[in-house]
Amino acid sequence: MKGGWFKVYALAYLLFLYAPIIILPMFAFNDATVIAFPLSGFSTRWFDEMMQAPALRIALKNSLIIAVSAAVISTTLGIFAARATTRYRFPAKAGIMGLIMLPLVLPEIIVAVSLLVVLLGLGVNLSIFTVILGHVLICTPFTIAILSSAFQSLDQSLEEAAYDLGESGPSTFRLIILPLVMPGIISSLLISFTISLDEFIIAFFLAGTEPTLPVYIFSQFRFPSSVPVIMALGTVLVCLSILLLTIAEYFRRRGIAKSGGKDTGGFL
Amino acid sequence: MIKRSRWTKFRESEGATGLLMLSPTALYAILMLAAPLGTIILYSFLTDGYLEIIRDFTMANYIEAWTNDLYRSVMIRSLGVSMSVTFVTVVLAFPIAYFVSFHVEPSKKSLWLFLITIPFWTSYLIRVFLWKVILGYNGVVNSGLMGVGIIDEPLTFILYNVNSVVITLAHAYAPFAILPIFVALEKIDRSLLEAGQDLGESKFVTFCRVTLPLAMPGVVASVLIVFIPTIGDYVTPQLVGGPEGRMVANLIQLQYLKLDNYPLGSAIAVSAMGIVTLVSLVFLALTRRYLKGPKG
Repeated sequence: MKGGWFKVYALAYLLFLYAPIIILPMFAFNDATVIAFPLSGFSTRWFDEMMQAPALRIALKNSLIIAVSAAVISTTLGIFAARATTRYRFPAKAGIMGLIMLPLVLPEIIVAVSLLVVLLGLGVNLSIFTVILGHVLICTPFTIAILSSAFQSLDQSLEEAAYDLGESGPSTFRLIILPLVMPGIISSLLISFTISLDEFIIAFFLAGTEPTLPVYIFSQFRFPSSVPVIMALGTVLVCLSILLLTIAEYFRRRGIAKSGGKDTGGFL
Repeated sequence: MIKRSRWTKFRESEGATGLLMLSPTALYAILMLAAPLGTIILYSFLTDGYLEIIRDFTMANYIEAWTNDLYRSVMIRSLGVSMSVTFVTVVLAFPIAYFVSFHVEPSKKSLWLFLITIPFWTSYLIRVFLWKVILGYNGVVNSGLMGVGIIDEPLTFILYNVNSVVITLAHAYAPFAILPIFVALEKIDRSLLEAGQDLGESKFVTFCRVTLPLAMPGVVASVLIVFIPTIGDYVTPQLVGGPEGRMVANLIQLQYLKLDNYPLGSAIAVSAMGIVTLVSLVFLALTRRYLKGPKG
């Protein structure tokens, strides 16, 4: 076996990483209101209760509207940025890109409070719309990271061939470049959707009276009796995001294979 | 005339096309990020009135943020927690990155990276809450240890204090630490390692003298990428920290949403960012000699 001890360590580490996700369904299907061991029996009643919570449905609707809008807008902004940085050299590139990528490391609470101050200062009412503004900001760096690797592996001679054959700039983009980076775009849409759906702090500050799913979940933690329902909801969300991420990963790899690049792995 | 033709030349140049193409994204970042950040810096120098912000320039917020014992202790604690989390995360992450880069077959590398990143993307709030379940009085750790008979009474020092905050954050930021180190390790030319061993060095010495220095840029990147966001984490201290585990983000939230004191909240936020930036710059300066590398 290659790297015996390393493998043992790696598996232990994966167990550490997955510990909460393994425990989650245990409590979601556990027939007890208290979240503690030992487990008392199998039940699906928390899932039934989850289906009947009206506040949850509203929060889910808000979250979906926000996540879809944030995904579309941030991917569009990401396409511009990724295309510009991989294809052209221009002044102040590092500085501008540094600012655009800053939310990747900036604590989210700083993004949240600074947007809050400005929006309230301008007299904008807090709503779904203001949450979208914040989510686009934090999703864009991730979309740029994904899309840059898609654009990077493009062979520029394909584009030049299209020009030589008489195509204009926009039609070259539509006919040659877009199909080649399409897997990257789909992957970017899915990732930013997942990020937005899961984001809490910015929504907490900017949602006003229109809670998103994470804001709803956070508010329910205060009531011990509603925690089992949250465990059921969490199980559904975890399954959903694993599904979305698997599809995203599939498209990301296909995109790299399609344009002949080498897979360096990972979204980040 | 000359001026105009220069302008036309610039407009048709590669640089102008690139800038134009980047402009929507750049404009968004300037309006939604740079301007708001500028605004909180401005607010931090203003005076808090009863229902409005009074436009009087003052240093009082900073004096309050830096001299009040409560604020100062929270700030010091946040810094301590962030540093511990960074240390734990990076030390635990390095062997994983090394394993995936050196011992996993190339075709399976992306699968491993995918497995490592999945937990990072899934339901942050619920993951943090579950750490409460794992570390709690009747939690997984306690019932496990009692079941095996190692302890007789549940351990209480692992929840609602700084320890639980460190454990939970180390879990949350693990993938952030692994990926930059992995990328740096992947770039290492494997023939250098063979050369080291051909020249009679042991495996361990080769690791210390070749692999580790070459992996340093990745280690530095992961230190920064973990350290900077953790200091501003709100959810983890709120849920598992208890009263003695509160961090600076909780303080900022309190000032903004509960006490409605925007200037003081801004001063605390700006101070925290300033400290983080300073610590990061010092760290970069200390590790600069590892970052130059053979080709810059």
